[in-house]
Amino acid sequence: MDVFLDEFFNAEVMLKYLPEIIDGFWVTLWLAFLVVVSGLTFGLGLALLRAYQNPVVNAAIILFVDLFRALPPLVIIIVGFFGLPFVGIRLSGFLISWLSLTCVLAAFTEEIYWAGITSVNKGQWEAARSTGLGFGGTLFFVVIPQAIRMTIPPLTNRTIAITKNTALASVVAVPEMLTVAQTSLAYAANTSPLTLAAAGYLLIFFPLTMLSRWIETRFAWKR
Amino acid sequence: MVEWEVIRFSFFNLETLQEIWPMLWRGWLMTVQLCVAVVPLGFFAGTILATIYSLRIKSVNAALIVYVDFFRSVPPLVLLIYVTYGIPLLLGADIDAFVAVLFAFTLNSSSYFGEIVRAGIESIPKGQMEAARSTGLTTLQAMRYVILPQALKNVAPDLTSNTIELIKATSIASVVALPELLRMGRVAQGLVYNATPLIAVAVIYLIMLWPMVRLLSRLERRMMSSR
Repeated sequence: MDVFLDEFFNAEVMLKYLPEIIDGFWVTLWLAFLVVVSGLTFGLGLALLRAYQNPVVNAAIILFVDLFRALPPLVIIIVGFFGLPFVGIRLSGFLISWLSLTCVLAAFTEEIYWAGITSVNKGQWEAARSTGLGFGGTLFFVVIPQAIRMTIPPLTNRTIAITKNTALASVVAVPEMLTVAQTSLAYAANTSPLTLAAAGYLLIFFPLTMLSRWIETRFAWKR
Repeated sequence: MVEWEVIRFSFFNLETLQEIWPMLWRGWLMTVQLCVAVVPLGFFAGTILATIYSLRIKSVNAALIVYVDFFRSVPPLVLLIYVTYGIPLLLGADIDAFVAVLFAFTLNSSSYFGEIVRAGIESIPKGQMEAARSTGLTTLQAMRYVILPQALKNVAPDLTSNTIELIKATSIASVVALPELLRMGRVAQGLVYNATPLIAVAVIYLIMLWPMVRLLSRLERRMMSSR
């Protein structure tokens, strides 16, 4: 037990490396924030674009979505960071991580938004329009409220799962929390800094995971 | 602008590909081994968790929720590094990298699979269990032969999606030097100083996973229209 505490919860080591881990925490949080904002917006843009039903555009969107749903995020980041320089494109690890995760999140959320838009029965449109509501009124008061109910639970789940991948940025030398923790781990020859980093991730994602659990019950269709 | 010839030479270099192909092949075999081990492990562990959850023992369920949310909140890479560095220090002996990876991924994926199977079980009306019990089946038998087959069918798209995610996640094992596909691609890239191995790795992942992603889209659409 003593060995365990000394190895994973060494107060002395933790205190020493805490300031650096906190610096890393902010980098992680900033990257996560950027990914969520750009990914969700980009995904919504793609879904709306798809609603226009242009065959060429839709084929391109489906190709994009399939590609970023099939490739592991780490492979995308590594190709971007270690592959692109061979053709003269040199981007920072932070930028590569941000762009990669944005595309992955956009691909997944496009599918979710699209499912939401198409899930609302056509009869609903017709019924709403026949009561005298205009196109905009139907969209905002009838279709979107139902679509949101469908999309919010998978959207939160997916966003959390993909945003957690900011830890992958450690592979391309972004000074985020896991990178800092690994460096500290090597210096201290002790796992405690990693415990701090894990605690940092829990601090960000545990409340969100619980929130998504609550949303799932809150938005569930009453059967 | 980047010239096409430069792209062809650095990304799609067939000579390089021929040279490093045996390495990628070995890496791919390791990835397949990893998937064949970790997908069933995560699925069975998750199903057991969900079955225990369905027994509705309050304190047990509270503990299960904390377990599941904990492992859904920690990035798998953090967990993996924790396990691979922590356990040998703790035991004072090295453990096989493959075993460490398996352990970390089982913790992580059982949480996701557990949540999915739980949702499946909850989609089955309570009367089914009561009817099955009244025919003389025990709770576990009813679970195994009546509830779970229907429950798993109801959440088939989510199970497929999670399996894809898990296969993708095995690429993370490259960070702890397990010689799987991505790791071998990185090593090969260092040897030949050319990006072709990385592109080849991406293409191999696409060949493996694209059909599954397509299948998933079909499954999702069928579920949607059957409602």
